[in-house]
Amino acid sequence: MNAPVASTPPRKLRVATVSLAGCFGCHMSLLDIDERLFDLVERVEFDRSPLTDIKTVGEHDRCDIGLVEGGLCNAENVEVLRAFRDRCTVLVAVGACAITGGLPALRNHLDVGTVLQSVYGRVPDDPELPLPLNRVLPIHEVVHIDHALPGCPPPADAFWQLLQDLMAGRAPASAPGLIRYD
Amino acid sequence: MSAVDPTFDLDGQPVPLQPGDTILSAAARAGLDIPHLCWSDEVSGSASCRLCTVLADGRPVAACVTPAVAGQKVECRTASLATQRLRLLQMLFVEGNHFCPGCEKSGNCVLQVQAERAGMTALHFEALNPERPVDASHPDVLFEPNRCILCQLCVRASDEIDGKRVFAIGGHGIATRLLIDSPSGRLGDSALSVHDRAAHICPVGALLPKRVGFAVPIGRRRFDNEDTRG
Ligand code: SF4
Ligand code: SF4
Ligand code: FES
Repeated sequence: MNAPVASTPPRKLRVATVSLAGCFGCHMSLLDIDERLFDLVERVEFDRSPLTDIKTVGEHDRCDIGLVEGGLCNAENVEVLRAFRDRCTVLVAVGACAITGGLPALRNHLDVGTVLQSVYGRVPDDPELPLPLNRVLPIHEVVHIDHALPGCPPPADAFWQLLQDLMAGRAPASAPGLIRYD
Repeated sequence: MSAVDPTFDLDGQPVPLQPGDTILSAAARAGLDIPHLCWSDEVSGSASCRLCTVLADGRPVAACVTPAVAGQKVECRTASLATQRLRLLQMLFVEGNHFCPGCEKSGNCVLQVQAERAGMTALHFEALNPERPVDASHPDVLFEPNRCILCQLCVRASDEIDGKRVFAIGGHGIATRLLIDSPSGRLGDSALSVHDRAAHICPVGALLPKRVGFAVPIGRRRFDNEDTRG
């Protein structure tokens, strides 16, 4: 009768992250939240991410948040992005490349065959290689995006603000000073 | 009886006006910011960008060319105008090729700071990625048309300040572009000098004096100390 009331800790949010046609700089900036990482791991668990060894997004449990770095430069990027959209409740475009295509999109007015030819001396045809797209696409051109975190990379404080807002169940608001494009 | 200065109302603030004032010039003198891209007090108005659109007694007008009228009620900071400004800025971004991470104007760019202030986080529209070859033919000034927003500031500065008319706007719709008055159509064969006002007035990274791109490092630029830069 007087048994103590067991308080269940709040469920940890499931977060997946990926770098498509990106440079991992956005992931490095996420790690730049430094000691706040300790707070973060109390509140979230990572699904597919370069930080884990999980290969498929949301295979067993749906993810609450998906962070997508990088634009789309090949067919595999598109497949992974669609899986993220399918398995993540809130999908966030992270960084200039996810949002605009970024520097990889500098090739967009060039012919992809000519580019491959001049870089490799031939057009690589290994069946393991995903097919390049004609244009490098920002991710909002292929799936619906719920939020975007601009910057090259977004400042660590912008990641922290976004994650805090989402963990608190608020719509993320970009504080002045945290929106930047370079 | 003392004469009371005529004023108009901008979002609840009285703004004194002088003869010949536009809504934007009067607001600027009073230290009130109406977002704008193609206006400068150095040259005549051209109403090219429409970022300065306000409601004057309920009617949308370009504040940079609309005469200020005493007693008028002008609205700028409304939710619907804010959305309109955001969409307009997003259209300017997708119509060109703006790679801010690799642009030497970053931190000094008026388009960029307006987008930051408008809260732009994403493009919203499809990136058009137009093909626009760079013109590096001039020894001292680079023309990077991928970043040109057709604001006509260089057109007006060359005409009204430098007395040269090096630039004009040509074409229609999405094919509109900046024309250069020279036999080859290239900047190197034009009368432009790096000492011209037109070589320095571009609000974006489209007309850039050469060899000074990083003289002021990133982090110490025009807009780096404002609330828009983290
Ligand atoms: S001109 Fe301005 S908006 Fe365009 S790429 Fe350069 S810094 Fe960015
Ligand atoms: S080159 Fe610069 S100043 Fe001239 S129209 Fe284009 S954006 Fe405006
Ligand atoms: S500043 Fe008025 S239209 Fe551009």
